[in-house]
Amino acid sequence: MGIYVDALREGWELLSSGTFDIWAIILTSLRVSGAATMIALLIGIPIGLVVGLKRFVGRGVALLVFNSGMGMPPVFVGLIVAMALSRRGPFGDLSLLYSQTAMVIAQVIIASPIVMAITAASVSAVPRALRLQAKSLGAQSWRVALLTLREARMGLIAAVAAGFGSVISEVGAVQMVGGNLEGETRVMTTAIVQYTRMGRYGYALSLALVLMAIVIMVNIVLTTMQTSAQRWEKQ
Amino acid sequence: MSGAPVSLAGEGLRRRLGKAGFELVVDRIEAPAGETLAILGPSGSGKTTLLELLGLLARPDAGRVLLGGSPVDTRNRAARLQMAAVFQRPYLFKGSVAGNVEYGLVARGISRREREPRVAAALERVGLAGYGSRSALELSGGEAQRVSLARALILEPKVLLLDEPLASLDRLLKRQLTRDFATILGEAGVTVIYVTHDQDEALVVAQQIAVMNEGRLVSSGPAEDIMGLAPDAWSANFLGIESASTGLVSGVDAGLVELISGVTTIYAVGNPAVGADVLFSVHPEDVLLFEPGTELPLTTARNRLPVRVLSVEPRGSSLYATLDANGVGLAASVSRAAAAELRVVPGAELLAVFKATAVRWRLGA
Repeated sequence: MGIYVDALREGWELLSSGTFDIWAIILTSLRVSGAATMIALLIGIPIGLVVGLKRFVGRGVALLVFNSGMGMPPVFVGLIVAMALSRRGPFGDLSLLYSQTAMVIAQVIIASPIVMAITAASVSAVPRALRLQAKSLGAQSWRVALLTLREARMGLIAAVAAGFGSVISEVGAVQMVGGNLEGETRVMTTAIVQYTRMGRYGYALSLALVLMAIVIMVNIVLTTMQTSAQRWEKQ
Repeated sequence: MSGAPVSLAGEGLRRRLGKAGFELVVDRIEAPAGETLAILGPSGSGKTTLLELLGLLARPDAGRVLLGGSPVDTRNRAARLQMAAVFQRPYLFKGSVAGNVEYGLVARGISRREREPRVAAALERVGLAGYGSRSALELSGGEAQRVSLARALILEPKVLLLDEPLASLDRLLKRQLTRDFATILGEAGVTVIYVTHDQDEALVVAQQIAVMNEGRLVSSGPAEDIMGLAPDAWSANFLGIESASTGLVSGVDAGLVELISGVTTIYAVGNPAVGADVLFSVHPEDVLLFEPGTELPLTTARNRLPVRVLSVEPRGSSLYATLDANGVGLAASVSRAAAAELRVVPGAELLAVFKATAVRWRLGA
């Protein structure tokens, strides 16, 4: 147990002394994963809404792709994005490899299927009759869609939590497309891997604890939103 | 209401659900302006599908919907804004009661200042004054259905679509709300399509009734006529009355009609042409039974037919007896006490008495 105690002590000293510039790493993580989550929501919610509500040829295939996408290995995504952005790849001219943009692209690809699948499942659970009711009261299609999302908001909050959780804690793809460049593309997960390899457990553990704290805080906020929504519904 | 009520009609409506499944075929149906048309039928008969087509909530495979005589379709928002619907389950949206009631007004871009007094008035109209700030999901079934009605009435629709609005409520509440609905709809002066499988409910709220079975319209017309005359065995069974009998008009004298059915003569009122074929029926409530040879009380009842009791079955608090009057099928509703006194049992020979005005008839055999 001594190794953990020593690492914890060292980690605490580093965090409290301010000598370890942890904030740059944390901010990079939050910026990249926050942007990726937002973009994934902007892409995933409308697509999930359409697939969840409309009946069309190929809907089953779309759902299968989303559900399979939820279990897609990040290293696979990292590999595909790295190849696409490499000098010989189709987007090599953009010179995006080893940039925060490349990391956001990879994380969007990881989070989007999760958001789509959860959104589709949530909105398809909203009764058709409820949408028909809104339509019968004169609501336009966009207003019916908004109402459906509002009715399915518990599921949507879960989609946000799952999407953000999947990218903030992901390491394989960001390592491959970001390169873990200090001050540029180093995020918490890649830094933890690097410090662990170097045997600097205090640094690694301090970052891991901050990462855990962020994940817990985000989930506290989202869970509070869910429970307050539930409380209002059950009043 | 916003302007005079308008009629709603469907012509040549066709709608297939599933590749080899149910098909709705309705050649013509109309709810006259300002009246309530009840669409009556068993579960799965296509009532709701027809309501969705007439309410522009679904597109027919063929046919058209006429609102005030003009063809309209699902893309015609102006037409849709003249309608509002209340479904079997209230389907209240998450949020407050007021938020639900004002939903359609928000969709119409009505300002908050204008919405607030209208919401209060609508809630008062359905007996829920002061409920505006409550959560919509904390209401009882009856309250929720009233909110659903307020949500539709606040829009002052010209056509109101009600899909079994009371079916999910308990009997006591249903009886009370049926009366309330009839009153509210009467005051509203709106054209109403009222889908139900409950004949009593239909009779209380509707002036017109259309009976459906297996996607087809079996009969339609004024409520009293439809509920008193079953054109076929299925309708008779569904409506709980005897099938109509066929007859021939053998004479008309000052509005008194003489009908011949087999060897039996029946008297009715009206003015059909002599020689016309008719379908006729007598409501069980209008048939009185006596022992043969009894001195009848002073009555204007012209029809006095010897009958044989075919069957007797309990129906609510009374007994329902099917009768044969020399080949003419009749039925009588008798109290249990009267049935015991008269010995109304299968095989019993009795005298059936009913007025000429109690005979419902229509042309066609």
